[in-house]
Amino acid sequence: MDGSAAYIALDYWDLSLGSLLVLANAGLSLALQLGLHKRLLVSSVRMVVQLFLMGLVLTVIFTRLSPYLTSLAALIMVAFAGREVAARQERRLAGLWSYGLGTASMMLAAVLVTVLALTTALKPDPWYDPRYALPLLGMILGNTMTGVSLGMNSLTTGLHQRRAAVEARLMLGDDRRAAFGPVVRQALRHALMPIINVMSATGVVSIPGMMTGQILGGVPPTEAVKYQIMILFLIAGGVGLGALAAVFGGVQRLSDPRHRLRLDRLRTPKG
Amino acid sequence: MLEVRALSRIGLSAVSFQLEAGECLAVRGPSGAGKSLLLRAVADLDPSEGDVLWQGRERRHFGGPEWRGIVGYLPAEPGWWGDSVGEHFRHWPLLGDLRGRLGIPDDARDWPITRPSTGERMRLALIRALERKPKVLLLDEPTAALDAKSVAAVEELIAEKRRDEGLAALWVTHDEGQGGRVASRILAVEKGHARLEGA
Repeated sequence: MDGSAAYIALDYWDLSLGSLLVLANAGLSLALQLGLHKRLLVSSVRMVVQLFLMGLVLTVIFTRLSPYLTSLAALIMVAFAGREVAARQERRLAGLWSYGLGTASMMLAAVLVTVLALTTALKPDPWYDPRYALPLLGMILGNTMTGVSLGMNSLTTGLHQRRAAVEARLMLGDDRRAAFGPVVRQALRHALMPIINVMSATGVVSIPGMMTGQILGGVPPTEAVKYQIMILFLIAGGVGLGALAAVFGGVQRLSDPRHRLRLDRLRTPKG
Repeated sequence: MLEVRALSRIGLSAVSFQLEAGECLAVRGPSGAGKSLLLRAVADLDPSEGDVLWQGRERRHFGGPEWRGIVGYLPAEPGWWGDSVGEHFRHWPLLGDLRGRLGIPDDARDWPITRPSTGERMRLALIRALERKPKVLLLDEPTAALDAKSVAAVEELIAEKRRDEGLAALWVTHDEGQGGRVASRILAVEKGHARLEGA
């Protein structure tokens, strides 16, 4: 017996039962005057619409099996992730840099790691099979996005808050690498901490979403575990690579060849 | 010799002056006039227009860290990056003379960086700047938070460095008496415009 079973399909009645929990939360918000009921309902509706649309789009992409369509979907995912990274910055790089650096770092890391996994470990036929490529990219991108945004935010706020200390080192003859060092290390630690915590807790505290999905879909737990381990390794690689690119790109932008701290290249926060 | 030719930046109109070895130029003016902007521009901490030369050689021919090895800068609010006082110095044991003259005890090396008072921090920062043996020192109100005895010690120390080691200094002060004591000429800065005056 291989432990596999056919997956249990959900109908709309099942979903509406689940949605009662969100309605209960909204009721709680009203009763306790939290002011969150509207946002809860709007975000729930958004989530439902977005996921149904995604389902439709993925159905088309999976059927066509076109490398161009797959690449286009991947590009749109990266572009939206870049927008999220820019929006999460307390102190953004001025101009297009905030969006550009975040997007480029994520694209580099997530695409590289995804292609590596597709061509070496998973080896679907063809290698860009969207059934594998897009969910894989989505998972790596989602986590890389968190790492990149945390790293960039920590770098910009750290340099702003510790300006006197950084400039003190520059004035004592240190180059930017040495003067920015403590802030850079802190930024990379912040970027990597979530995935380290996830890896530590997975299997003891939590059962990850992908593994849960596979098990519910009838895959034997031992096989689902192998997939999950691979995914977490890929995510860790993507987060590390993306954060490194974003933080070092940020250092380049917030300094110049004269080894000066260029906080004038940060946008003043609103409010 | 430090030569500043038409140096300008946002908030500061073109300013020119020369600073001979061992000379001190006092910089005076109301708060917000642009005195600190001038010092930062000379230190090459901010982008600026115009030329700054050391011994006839333009600043752009020096690397940034190399330039800041020649031109030291003591800001009005010095920065600290380590947890203890000693981490901010290269060779604490070799600085006994400077520490003694400025009233910093030997055991201050192990103090947490949060312990020194404002005045002690300023004196520690001066020692830190002098440890690198700059040829030019830019001082931004270095004695503003000090008592009379410490003010005299700092003035005496800088005077000795000028006389014995040829240290040139650009000294921002709000104290007219101090300007007369430490400098041979005065650079008056007002609303971003600077002009040289006699002592």
